[in-house]
Amino acid sequence: MVRFQNVGMRYGLGPEVLRDVSFHLAPGSFHFLSGASGAGKSSLLKLIYLAYRPSRGLVTLFDADVATLPRAALPAIRRRIGVVFQDFRLLDHLNVLDNVALPLRVAGTKRAEIRDHARELLGWVGLDDCMDALPPTLSGGQKQRVAIARAVITRPQILLADEPTGNVDDSIALRLLRLFEELNRLGTTVLIATHNQNLIRSADHPRLHLSEGELTGPFDDSETPPAPRWAAPESPA
Amino acid sequence: MMFWESRDLALNVDPARRYLPWLLAMIVFLAGIALAGMMSLSGAVERWDKGLAGTLTVQIPAPAKGTADRTIGAVIKALKSAPGVTAARALSEQEIAVLLEPWLGSGNFARDLPLPRLIDVQVRTGAAPDVEGLSTLVKSAAPGAVIDDHRKSLDRLIALARAGETVALAIVILVVLAAIATVVFITRTGLAIHASGIELLHLIGATDSYVAQQFQGQALELAFKGGIIGFGLAAAMIFLIGSAAGALASGLLPDLSLTAGQWGILVLVPVAVAIIGMVTARITVLRALKDLP
Repeated sequence: MVRFQNVGMRYGLGPEVLRDVSFHLAPGSFHFLSGASGAGKSSLLKLIYLAYRPSRGLVTLFDADVATLPRAALPAIRRRIGVVFQDFRLLDHLNVLDNVALPLRVAGTKRAEIRDHARELLGWVGLDDCMDALPPTLSGGQKQRVAIARAVITRPQILLADEPTGNVDDSIALRLLRLFEELNRLGTTVLIATHNQNLIRSADHPRLHLSEGELTGPFDDSETPPAPRWAAPESPA
Repeated sequence: MMFWESRDLALNVDPARRYLPWLLAMIVFLAGIALAGMMSLSGAVERWDKGLAGTLTVQIPAPAKGTADRTIGAVIKALKSAPGVTAARALSEQEIAVLLEPWLGSGNFARDLPLPRLIDVQVRTGAAPDVEGLSTLVKSAAPGAVIDDHRKSLDRLIALARAGETVALAIVILVVLAAIATVVFITRTGLAIHASGIELLHLIGATDSYVAQQFQGQALELAFKGGIIGFGLAAAMIFLIGSAAGALASGLLPDLSLTAGQWGILVLVPVAVAIIGMVTARITVLRALKDLP
């Protein structure tokens, strides 16, 4: 489904933010992507949702090398990937329903179908009472759920979430996690980037760990990822 | 009125876009006036050319009293005997007075002034008249008579009119370029203002064409609105100029009014500007989006 082989990435002429990253996400798998702020989690997700191309190495999505794909083929691939952005990226002039429906409109789905589907999904994330609200009037948690609903409305084959619980308390975070797991049970490959250790510990999913642009893992829930190079080793109790 | 359905980007709140209809209204107004001027000049030149083709005018300098009719009769007889001449008719004093009315005003001045006498000659169309031969013939009947085939004055008028047409065409081309530049500038401003929204659409799988449709649809609507305003203003101005010219300078100026067909062409100006606006916006967006991965 997703395969990285010795991938490196830099922004412009800056230093590499990802170095020699190699991993594979099997279809239907569920992974956490952990790491400190600035470790490169968002950059790695950007490579998967094709916001950037790698500086080096091989990125394979749906069995296709993205470097060799023509630009015109990329929109169709992007439609198979749902993304929950860290900053939500809701369009403030559109109401909740229209924001959620956006990927379907882009995909050219019929209007009546879009409306029914978006309503159903908003009910699923518990926002059926604020369909007509504009994003600036919503709380952080509500925005988060709108962003999640938008990310999953097309039933994507891959769901990427960048700190999806960053703006909500633990109980809502757990509820959101259950939503992702439900999607995963329906066959969606899920990768959640988070530094919320409680969230990671609350579910039994393998974890990829990024430290200063380098990937370690996957680890299962019982393992502790290696400490970053700059961190002092833990003293024995 | 909305021509386009999709409104994923809030383009209608861009400050720069609010001025687009007014800028394009001015452009359509200028294009309309220039085009109307060009068409009316073309029409006038064509009418002059048609009206004077196959005609000559013989001018007999103020013949002496009592001999006028005899001299004119001799000239007409000589003309009618010439090959290619189909008719020759002397203009009456009243007709000459009417021709001079714009300069000398109405009155019975023809009796007091030594006016030349004119003979209107019709020659067979399709072949250039033998002006030199006719001139010799006329001079043998009335020494001092001159023959005018209007070609010199007509050529000068046509050259002037063609220069006017060229200027008008240059103005039309310039205003079309100005319209394109305006739409390009405002579209680029829109691309900058809505960069995050465009990036979002791009990342959720929108094609470049889908994003371009947002801009081109709005450009079409705004350009058409501006075009209608500009056309209305231009039509009013053309009507006013036509009325004023007709009232002030009857006879001095050629008829500059437009035919129904020419009005039809003018109506196409706002439509053309709307289409130019739409296509320009689309091309601008597509070119800008090529930079995205």
